[in-house]
Amino acid sequence: MRIAIIDTSTTRAAIISDGLREAGLDDLVLIDTAGPLAAQIEAAQPEVVLINLENPSRDLLEDFFAMSRALARPIAMFVDQSDTEATGAAIDAGVSAYVVDGLSKQRIKPVIDLAVRRFQAFSRLQRELDEAKNALAERAIVDRAKAILMKRRAIDEPAAYALLRGQAMRTNRRISEIAEAIVTSDALLGDME
Amino acid sequence: MSAETFRIGFLPLVDAALPILAHELGFAAREGVQIELVRDMTWATVRDRLLYGHTDAAHMIAPLAIATALGRDRPAVAMAVPFVLGLNGNAVTFSTQLAKDVGLGDTLGDPAAIGAALQRVAAARKIAGKPLRFGVVHRYSSHNYMLRYWLAGVGIRPDLHIDIVVTSPPFAADALAAGEVDGICVGEPWNSIAVERGVGHIALATAQIWRRGVEKVLALREAVVDERRDAVEALLRALHAAAAHFVEPGTADDSADILARPEYLDASRDAVLRAITDRIRLTPGGEPIHYPDFMFQHREAANFPWRSQAAWLYSQMLRWDAASYAAADAATATAVFRPDIYRAALAGSGAPLPGASSKLEGGIDTPLGAGSVQGRLLLGSDRFFDGRAFDPDDIQGYLADLP
Repeated sequence: MRIAIIDTSTTRAAIISDGLREAGLDDLVLIDTAGPLAAQIEAAQPEVVLINLENPSRDLLEDFFAMSRALARPIAMFVDQSDTEATGAAIDAGVSAYVVDGLSKQRIKPVIDLAVRRFQAFSRLQRELDEAKNALAERAIVDRAKAILMKRRAIDEPAAYALLRGQAMRTNRRISEIAEAIVTSDALLGDME
Repeated sequence: MSAETFRIGFLPLVDAALPILAHELGFAAREGVQIELVRDMTWATVRDRLLYGHTDAAHMIAPLAIATALGRDRPAVAMAVPFVLGLNGNAVTFSTQLAKDVGLGDTLGDPAAIGAALQRVAAARKIAGKPLRFGVVHRYSSHNYMLRYWLAGVGIRPDLHIDIVVTSPPFAADALAAGEVDGICVGEPWNSIAVERGVGHIALATAQIWRRGVEKVLALREAVVDERRDAVEALLRALHAAAAHFVEPGTADDSADILARPEYLDASRDAVLRAITDRIRLTPGGEPIHYPDFMFQHREAANFPWRSQAAWLYSQMLRWDAASYAAADAATATAVFRPDIYRAALAGSGAPLPGASSKLEGGIDTPLGAGSVQGRLLLGSDRFFDGRAFDPDDIQGYLADLP
């Protein structure tokens, strides 16, 4: 069963194809989203097309399928309306799929399920990455605020941190917010004595 | 009144204005409904979110709601359109080269005359083995049907003398610049963006093809309307109030400020403002031209979902999908438009409510009083550029007579 993957994120496309390969589905075609979409699909003749729900080329792709004179004309994956749960899960995860008519549900389901799991894994990774980035940025700003306090108040690092922490607790704000305020005001008023 | 929430899907287009303004300016809150807007980049995704309950309603190209109800390319899902979000508001933009070849002037020209010039270029390009190619936003869009109606009417047979492909609005200017297409038919602000980038020249407003052509609609699954009928009616009242506000003189600047924001259109405020005040800049650096019929969001009961509008769209679907007429399909298609819900929602308000649910489309030359069950209703000219009129009760006769 040949599966084409169209994804605006090359990282996610790689994660999905790895997963499919591990499951023994190794007839895969990765579509280059910067290239001509229709020509690539036409050449690949896939039986299943996986595309991220928010891909800006979906209208074009559906038009291509509708116009395609080839016998194997893919249609939207929502073939069986009784399976709304699986469809809902796919939409939630951000996967959209097209399958050629007549392909048995038993063969498609594992592919979709796997794509859904991989999409979810990717979102989780991205979220963790964002959190890590934020944490790093917060630490950097707190360090700068500490340095400013240490210099201007002539105190040591633990004392500067205690000042920040105390102010955060009193005003019910995050330490990083207090630190940001200090860095900003230092940038604006730093040379005024 | 408890706050009923409607998640509404939309594409970043000027005619998504009414749900956005209903939310931002408190018209929804006043009716006890809450609107959450969900922005997408393709109609396919707007439709999928609607069908699978990610959203409760959607800003949608009218023919797509009908195609969905008819089960074109997928299982049919019963749909309801109780409110029209606007008429027209689109334009046909030529590439700079095509504008030169056709000899476009710097005013909005006559559709028949431009068509005749375009026909000569199309024929030459066909012979040269490089047929003209135009982009439309979706296969099931009014853009596709209006463009094809015009082309066929001036002797350019779509799919034979000219290729028509799908180009997403945000990429339309790029496609023109790269020479992938010679022309586009899209909504604002995307024509203006092509003009501002110096890659396009606006040839026609779609209102010149059909003065009162139905454009975006509010679409819901019929099941949602049945389950939440009272809340849906409250939502319609909120949209109707937003529409009345939208066309009030002096509100355009504020509306443009809101619509241009990153979370909505994320586009040039000036381009948005020009569109909603019916001023269009045809050529790079040119003075905007005022064309009062450019987009029509409220007056003449523009929000009323006429079943004859749905019937016209169904007729064009048959025409261009080379499908045959079926009475059952015609009934399904026209029943997607729900004037009954519109009337129920606005009964007792000051809004004019037409007595009929269907009318002859394209039959009015000079403003005409129309029968109404509430308020006074005057309809302006709704002519097609070729002077034909559409009788919703004779779809087959109409199709047989079209070029």
